[in-house]
Amino acid sequence: MKKQTRIEIWVGAFVLMSLMALSYLAFQVSNFSGFKDRPTYEVSALFDNIGGLKTRAPLKLSGVVIGRITAIEIDPVSFKARVHMQIDQAFNELPVDSSVSILTSGLLGDQYVGLDPGGDEEVLAQGDEIEMTQSAMVLEELIGQFLVKFSESD
Amino acid sequence: MNALVTGLQGIMQTVGRGFLEKIAAFGQGSLFIFSLLLTLPSALLRVDLLLKQIYVAGVQSLPIILMAGLFVGMVLSLQGYNILVEFNAEEAVGSMTALSLLRELGPVVGALLFAGRAGSALTAEIGLMRSTEQISALEMMAVDPLKFVYAPRFLAVVIALPLLVLIFNALGVFGGYLVSVSWLGVDDGAFWSQMSSQVDWSEDVMNGVIKSVAFGLLIAIVALFQGVNAIPSSEGVSNATTRTVVHSSLGILGLDFILTSIMFN
Amino acid sequence: MTENTEALIEIKNLTFSRGSRKIFDDITLSIPKGKITAIMGPSGSGKTTLLKLIAGQLQPDSGVVTVEGLNVHQLSRKKIYQLRRKMGMLFQSGALLTDLNVFDNVAFPLREHTKLPAMMIDALVLMKLQAVGLRGAKNLMPSELSGGMSRRVALARGIALDPEMIFYDEPFVGQDPITKGVLVKLIKTLSDSLDLTSVMVSHDVDEVMQIADYICVISEGKLIAEGPKETLLNESTGYVNQFIKGLPDGPVPFHFPSVPYLDDLGESQKRGGVR
Repeated sequence: MKKQTRIEIWVGAFVLMSLMALSYLAFQVSNFSGFKDRPTYEVSALFDNIGGLKTRAPLKLSGVVIGRITAIEIDPVSFKARVHMQIDQAFNELPVDSSVSILTSGLLGDQYVGLDPGGDEEVLAQGDEIEMTQSAMVLEELIGQFLVKFSESD
Repeated sequence: MNALVTGLQGIMQTVGRGFLEKIAAFGQGSLFIFSLLLTLPSALLRVDLLLKQIYVAGVQSLPIILMAGLFVGMVLSLQGYNILVEFNAEEAVGSMTALSLLRELGPVVGALLFAGRAGSALTAEIGLMRSTEQISALEMMAVDPLKFVYAPRFLAVVIALPLLVLIFNALGVFGGYLVSVSWLGVDDGAFWSQMSSQVDWSEDVMNGVIKSVAFGLLIAIVALFQGVNAIPSSEGVSNATTRTVVHSSLGILGLDFILTSIMFN
Repeated sequence: MTENTEALIEIKNLTFSRGSRKIFDDITLSIPKGKITAIMGPSGSGKTTLLKLIAGQLQPDSGVVTVEGLNVHQLSRKKIYQLRRKMGMLFQSGALLTDLNVFDNVAFPLREHTKLPAMMIDALVLMKLQAVGLRGAKNLMPSELSGGMSRRVALARGIALDPEMIFYDEPFVGQDPITKGVLVKLIKTLSDSLDLTSVMVSHDVDEVMQIADYICVISEGKLIAEGPKETLLNESTGYVNQFIKGLPDGPVPFHFPSVPYLDDLGESQKRGGVR
């Protein structure tokens, strides 16, 4: 029976190792603590151009992740891009006149939505639309603007 | 002319018989797998047998999985760093390493190594047990080989592979950390934050685990089927062992493509 | 068969074939209870197959095998496993479980089929090992045993559950004279002391003649002769005589069937000429 005990100990160590690996992958490597089970509310915003924004991209307030982009669609009336985002219920006192802009993390990093809080007393709630938006920077337009300015100042 | 007709007839006959034999073999194989699946619940009750097989399939595969995971992670981040540094984006090396490992390389390389290490051993063991009449002896001792031999091994393979892949992934990420942060000087904070913002728990980690369960099922079925159908001679067993590695490796790569197109599309 | 012994195993009109080759063609025989019965025949006559048919491991094409009045091939899987607990089988190779040592191999059927306390199992295993003279080898692994020792361990395992019948598949083949002697003695004493019905398939005439009570001879799928040992020994002509005395020529010709030798020679010369 000594052999059986040794096997049991080894298998126990093996299972323990894999559990440790799992929690390492969950808490260190991925965003496990995310917004899975915490209550959220959804708001949307219209953008002229979303650039390379994708669903699941983060919504950040002063660099802190407070929500995620859940869906991107074309608004049938204005033909603009409507971006739906879920915000953690913990941040439920954001003013309604807050503005959102599509930003890029680093020169080649992924795009995310940044939120600038306004000063209104009223707060954002489920289903609200954020009016003030700033579209993604598109490199060609940027260069175009620069060239126009350059020639004007001449 | 006549010779041509008889020749053609002969070829047709060979093809036809071969086809029928294949169908019959497939039918027998499915029957075997089906009756095996029926005995799985009762095999779960024999914890002693199951533990022993998890030891054989899982614990004994640990060294190769540990080494391979570490090196694959290290190589990935070394290559990734050399490409990303051209764009001044070397902070992304962590997320790149983690994503490649969790989505593809962990499950696939882990399963390929496991098929070579544990799948082939399983086929050889069962083939030898049959050729040395041990299976017959069990039947004569009124012990059902399905419950005593096949089912515990099947379960052990399906359980062990996902656990091994988790360990492989974790070690791979650690290997990537060693190379990029400790050796190449990528910023520690940027490495982890980039990674955890890019890697999604359910989409990346769990999908990888689901893949490895599917690969485990594939390896278990192939290895058992080949072992049971091995011709009971040394040549037959060695051929069956080779077939296990070849069939399950190709199966893993094919299945991986199908699963990837379902999961990440 | 002598009238006062009842038959434990009865085989009626048994036909079995592998592929297109008929291994048994309409065989009928019965095996008496409490005796040692030897089924003899040349190599490749399917003697081992017969044991597997009796134990229900193989299905016949037609015919009936009854053991203790039960039709083996009509029993449910559960019933047949129950019946097999009364059977012991000694395989040619021993067929020990290679990942268990000698002691655990003998203990295996006890542990699988009984709920006896460990102490009791220990005592029983040591008793069975003592009976085959291998108590001293209890900690060895099967790979460390010689062929004869493996068979003795397998025998101890075969009698672990105190079966009513025991089957021996070629117990003497490939053994040295001493081992053969040991096995002969063991089979005889076990059969007598445990009141076992033993069925032995073998072609080792000398050893079989020492212990068998009753002999069946099978050749080319047919039952050639059946009867008590003495009757068969007294046969002076025919196949049985050739088999038991080991004569090179007789009803079984020395030459494989062919066209006459001279024709064959002529043929090859003709072919040589054309070339």
